[in-house]
Amino acid sequence: MNRTLSRKLLGSMCGISSPRLSFAQSAVNTVQRQKELIKSRELEKDELRPLYMDFQATTPMDPRVLDAMLPYQVNYYGNPHSRTHAYGWESESAMEKARKQVADLIGADPREIVFTSGATESNNMSIKGVARFYKAKKNHIITTQTEHKCVLDSCRILEAEGFDITYLPVRNNGLIDLKQLEETIRPDSSLVSIMTVNNEIGVKQPIKEIGQLCRSKNVFFHTDAAQAVGKIPINVSDWKVDLMSISGHKIYGPKGVGALYVRRRPRVRIEPLQNGGGQERGLRSGTVPTPLVVGLGAACEIAQQELEYDHKRVTVLANRLVQKMMSEIPDVVMNGDPDQRYPGCVNLSFAYVEGESLLMALKDVALSSGSACTSASLEPSYVLRAIGADEDLAHSSIRFGIGRFTTEEEVDYTVEKCIQQVKRLREMSPLWEMVQEGIDLKSIKWTQH
Amino acid sequence: MAASSREHVLSLYRLLLKESKKFPSYNYRTYALRRVRDAFRENRTVEDPKVVEGLLNRARDSLALIQRQVSIGKMYEVQKTVIEQEEKKSD
Repeated sequence: MNRTLSRKLLGSMCGISSPRLSFAQSAVNTVQRQKELIKSRELEKDELRPLYMDFQATTPMDPRVLDAMLPYQVNYYGNPHSRTHAYGWESESAMEKARKQVADLIGADPREIVFTSGATESNNMSIKGVARFYKAKKNHIITTQTEHKCVLDSCRILEAEGFDITYLPVRNNGLIDLKQLEETIRPDSSLVSIMTVNNEIGVKQPIKEIGQLCRSKNVFFHTDAAQAVGKIPINVSDWKVDLMSISGHKIYGPKGVGALYVRRRPRVRIEPLQNGGGQERGLRSGTVPTPLVVGLGAACEIAQQELEYDHKRVTVLANRLVQKMMSEIPDVVMNGDPDQRYPGCVNLSFAYVEGESLLMALKDVALSSGSACTSASLEPSYVLRAIGADEDLAHSSIRFGIGRFTTEEEVDYTVEKCIQQVKRLREMSPLWEMVQEGIDLKSIKWTQH
Repeated sequence: MAASSREHVLSLYRLLLKESKKFPSYNYRTYALRRVRDAFRENRTVEDPKVVEGLLNRARDSLALIQRQVSIGKMYEVQKTVIEQEEKKSD
């Protein structure tokens, strides 16, 4: 069992970086089978639930949010756009209250908030909307290589429509180069889209400086702030942001709702994606889901109240996790800048250990290697590739998410189990054996047998 | 006056902790206990009676909220998490 597993690990470790196709194919098959093992299992009746350490994928709803939503699911079920009766009026009033709560969190005016079905829709709306509206005079869009899939995919679609897109590279620490951004902006650039906090490595971009730059060059600035809202202080006027995407289920709110901040002064015009009855200033037609937006509003208000308390706690817990991990086992790399980051998203690469194997071994803890929306593919995360992570290290990365509800015990348990499993998997790895003997892996010429 | 109001605050505090312990969910339970303790600790030195009254009202609303959410949690209860087994072992 030991020998076969170590050969499989060896295959998957070096097979993928080897040019020999059939060797690589068998390694890919191994990883695929292992992935299927992870995918297919729901918990048994009395099986204990794993610890939740994947707060970037989604967050549990805060009980206060559920409490705010329930009346609108049970009794106050009116359509907020019904103008002729109390059901409509009370629903509309709840919707406007929620709008103010969202606006207050980011320092905006309530009239600048549009409710959507989530950050993906908000991203689509802003990028496609701005690009298509200003199409006549401006044809160029700038984004980064580490953006969320929905941003990259929207840009891809625009490329097919004839737009010119520049995907800015990032430095090894995950941050963009401001000089390079400045040089990339052209007179015909209509939009710059750069996310505030990255969902895979937790890196925080210099949004204030980017906003300043874009304002000076007369280019609209959109930021996907799904992972940043309610976690770090945000002020759209301070930052000179023109469009901002917000997601409900990343801030302990309900799934299926989000918002888009659209600046009014100076006015940002967007071509609507969803047409219909003209709701939400004509930018997003469709009945606004009152219970969901009430939840989003409550989540934003709670986040504003708890921001400092949560941030302090999360920082302490994250430091605890990283210190313990790095002091007990060697060859652990943290991906992304150590300072310019949101502490609650820790992405670690464990050398000489395969990421999926480690996840399988840590079945008591809910973790992820890379983002949830790319976990179906076998490729290592494109974000890790963009920051120049070694191919092998990219395959060995795990993302630890720490949030409002994480306890010290959960962190200690996770760290202990992780250290245990990394040591066990390394014992089985022939690569680790070679490294212990002092062999430089980069100097080896791999042959197939 | 001050003595009875102190008793009042303490009894609210105890009630909040008693209700919070009833959360079936590990994460909600630990959060509620922690947050209540830290909130009362933080506001220990507040003197202004208006502010105190405001805080006490918030505390009463939170108590009702916790009671409702505990009931909901009990209605839709699931298995315990791995860490609770660990806690039991160490007790």
